[in-house]
Amino acid sequence: MPASLVQNESILAIDVGAAVTRAVLFDVVEGEYRFVASGQAPSTAETPFKDIGMGVREAITNLQNITGSTLLGEHDNNLIAPAQPDGSGVDAVVATISAGPAVKTVVVGLLSDVSVQSARRLAESTYSRVVDTLDLSDHRKPDQQMDGIVRSRPDLIVLAGGTDGGASRSIQKMLEAIGLACYLMPLEKRPMVLYAGNQKLASEVKDLLGGHAGKVEVSYNIRPSLETEDLDPGRHELALLMTKLRERQIKGVEELNLWTAGNLLPTAYAQGRIIRFLSKLYESTRGLLCVNVGASATSVAAGFSGELTLGVYPQYGMGENLAGLLQETEIDDIMRWLQLDVSQNMFREYLFQKSLYPSSIPATKDEQALAQAIARQVLYLAVRKAQKDFPAHARSMREGVMPPFDLIIGGGGVVSDGTSLGQSLLLLLDAIQPTGIIPILLDQNNLLPMLGAAASRSHYLPVQVIESGAFIGLGTVVSVIASANYGDQVLRAKLTYGDGTEARAEVKFGGLEILPLPNGQSARLSLQPLHRADAGLGAGKSGVVTVTGGALGVVIDARGRPLQIPSDPVRRRELMKRWSYAVGG
Amino acid sequence: MLAPVLHVLPLATIIRERTLPVAGKVNVHINQHVNPTDVIAEASFAREHVLLDVSRIFGVTASQADKMIKVNQGDRVMQGALVADSGGLFSRSIKAPRAGRVMVVGSGQVLMEVGDTRVELRAGLPGLVTQVLPERGVVIRTAGALIQGVWGNGRIDNGLMVNLMQKPDEVLSADRLDVSLRGSVILGGHVRDVETLRAAAELPVRGLILSSLLSSLIVPAYQMRYPILVTEGFGAMPMNSAAFRLLTTNDKREATVNAEHFDRYNGNRPEVIIPLPVSTEPPEPNAFEPFAVGQTVRLRRPPNAGMIGTLSNLPNGLSVLPSGLRAPAAEIKLENGEAVLVPLINLEVVG
Repeated sequence: MPASLVQNESILAIDVGAAVTRAVLFDVVEGEYRFVASGQAPSTAETPFKDIGMGVREAITNLQNITGSTLLGEHDNNLIAPAQPDGSGVDAVVATISAGPAVKTVVVGLLSDVSVQSARRLAESTYSRVVDTLDLSDHRKPDQQMDGIVRSRPDLIVLAGGTDGGASRSIQKMLEAIGLACYLMPLEKRPMVLYAGNQKLASEVKDLLGGHAGKVEVSYNIRPSLETEDLDPGRHELALLMTKLRERQIKGVEELNLWTAGNLLPTAYAQGRIIRFLSKLYESTRGLLCVNVGASATSVAAGFSGELTLGVYPQYGMGENLAGLLQETEIDDIMRWLQLDVSQNMFREYLFQKSLYPSSIPATKDEQALAQAIARQVLYLAVRKAQKDFPAHARSMREGVMPPFDLIIGGGGVVSDGTSLGQSLLLLLDAIQPTGIIPILLDQNNLLPMLGAAASRSHYLPVQVIESGAFIGLGTVVSVIASANYGDQVLRAKLTYGDGTEARAEVKFGGLEILPLPNGQSARLSLQPLHRADAGLGAGKSGVVTVTGGALGVVIDARGRPLQIPSDPVRRRELMKRWSYAVGG
Repeated sequence: MLAPVLHVLPLATIIRERTLPVAGKVNVHINQHVNPTDVIAEASFAREHVLLDVSRIFGVTASQADKMIKVNQGDRVMQGALVADSGGLFSRSIKAPRAGRVMVVGSGQVLMEVGDTRVELRAGLPGLVTQVLPERGVVIRTAGALIQGVWGNGRIDNGLMVNLMQKPDEVLSADRLDVSLRGSVILGGHVRDVETLRAAAELPVRGLILSSLLSSLIVPAYQMRYPILVTEGFGAMPMNSAAFRLLTTNDKREATVNAEHFDRYNGNRPEVIIPLPVSTEPPEPNAFEPFAVGQTVRLRRPPNAGMIGTLSNLPNGLSVLPSGLRAPAAEIKLENGEAVLVPLINLEVVG
């Protein structure tokens, strides 16, 4: 990359999470952008602080302590921007935010399996919780629909329906109910409205709702025809509305948005943006999968050659929403991931107690094990939910099995704060259960969303930072799918290093095998499946592939897809310990 | 790093905003002394609405329908009252399906609110009205003991507090609730069965102050009409020693139990207020302050959840925890003399 193409700007990136606020410095080193350092602090969006500015400044102060640079004014504690001749300050700020309560959302459309589904997918691309749905199959009278909206006290209404130039009368009827509902709510609590339906009605929507809703934004039709869905423009408008909503809800957001010159983005949107960009850049046909398990939500972004699927699930957040997790899943399904012998009652109380202190962290090994078990289940659920919205060409041919990806990137406190890189990898493998031959990266500093935000300042920054090794390569995973009994040999693997030396593994069904291959190195991996097992090359097919190394090397996961977990608790715990031991304990 | 402060205070100035959920009428004025049961504001609002689409029913345009509507915005109408009349030789009419108030007339439609519900807002605590928030409520100032909790069932009441706790890990059971406790606020301990909650409802009591509750009792706790406040959380947890000492020493005093939901974003949280007479106004407590050696702290998470200790050392940088995680941490000397390392994020200052 010629140095002249880089603007030579230092960029401060800030991410305000529900639990942690991070401040990251990107700067130009030898003509290319590099991740310099990261400072973090507890987030202060919630009581008793109720002002994100405190956490942001503390994170920046911690960043200053690491880098030795001066970013905040000595007297006023305000950000120094642009950078000064004495080296203090930064040239630009980008920021993302995921802190804040789940956004109560009403989804409105015409057909329950067409525009309503698109509107729901749009709503689920941000930190929303759908509290009501209106469509043509809704048998409530208009006044009952209106009362339903008022009672659910939404923060946001996502309205879609009608192909461009198509149905308008039905939408107009729904607009009446929405407008009257908004009118009946207190002024300061009126919801914001995103209209993403038939464009012919756009100005009418603004006229009808403009005086009653908290704010009305219009995006291009997310369902311009019955066969076509295009969520991208809607996602962008929704991101802008979310920022406005957070400004209304949380002190300090407005100031942070000013620092970014109005470019503050929801974290998941920025994450989705960078994944879509990277999938296009690297022409990833099989797709890039990025998962983030956070306190406010678990998010899943999958990019397929520039086509994005983005799911944000507050119900699977590791913080306050844990109290509601048992409405989403069975307790046994969470506890299946535990190596500990604990009772259901004790585990249930743990979930509720943790929800009281969302930002607290595990202090003991047992607590860490509980948190990791919950993280596995929420990520398992989130990925499967998102999978349903993958484009048709990217869906798995096998029932209940993930499609193969070109790359997986994992992040979020509970994933990246694993006690070892092996544990981080094992969590991702257990929850995602990838197929094929896939390199897996760990976004230890939660840089991806910040890179997504920074992309608006410089297209080079994300690429240069990623290629400079800002993420930790955990290794390349070979997943083996086989119909075999536990202990049957299913694969012979041979890794040939650059210097000609070899490492071999006789892989048995139900086990995890590791062939060492350091980060930054590549080697030739020969795979010879037995009993028609599929090691990523097709059922029973042998072959040689080039693989890249990582902290763990090449990991052969022969535990089956879907993962076979014994129902007997003693046997299960023994197996879990064995798998944990295989990745370094 | 800033520390959240858990208020367990024997005497403090307490300032609380009390507001209606919808706009209404405020009944008190500034500098007025109020008692907990005083109705300080009231409002009426409709739970339901009726939309009469005159235009559609008569099959006419909206502007034609507007001319046929016989009611005006703000009118109170009885059930069966005439709302619209088509006129002409074969006149048709639309009558009010229920009694209510006309909210909006226009575009050939009439929107009525029906099913009036009255809301009365009680002061909840004795004190001085220092500010009137027009149509919404008031700000009340009082002095007394303040004990914050972590969970509440959304209700508020006040009464004489009766202590049934001999030790912080006391279990409150139904057989301890006799008729002599009727109308009292009960300082109990841990509750592990629904019968206890029901027995308290049957007396009835004016409130339960508990150390902990089984999470399976959350749903029945919400159904109780009296306030239930929990100081520690879910499972079998003893009451923290600071709250236990303060509450038990205030036995037989009037107490307000405001068991409102812990709202992390607006700052409302469950609390017990025990008003006390003062000659000079005590200070208002800080909501947060920087961590410092010598502070009394409460541990929020296992292995010593709910225990009180003294912050004895604040090491620089990150410490390695027994879990294997690295985080800013403090050395805490617990009341039993044991020294433990606790991540700062799992601590709150008591004060």
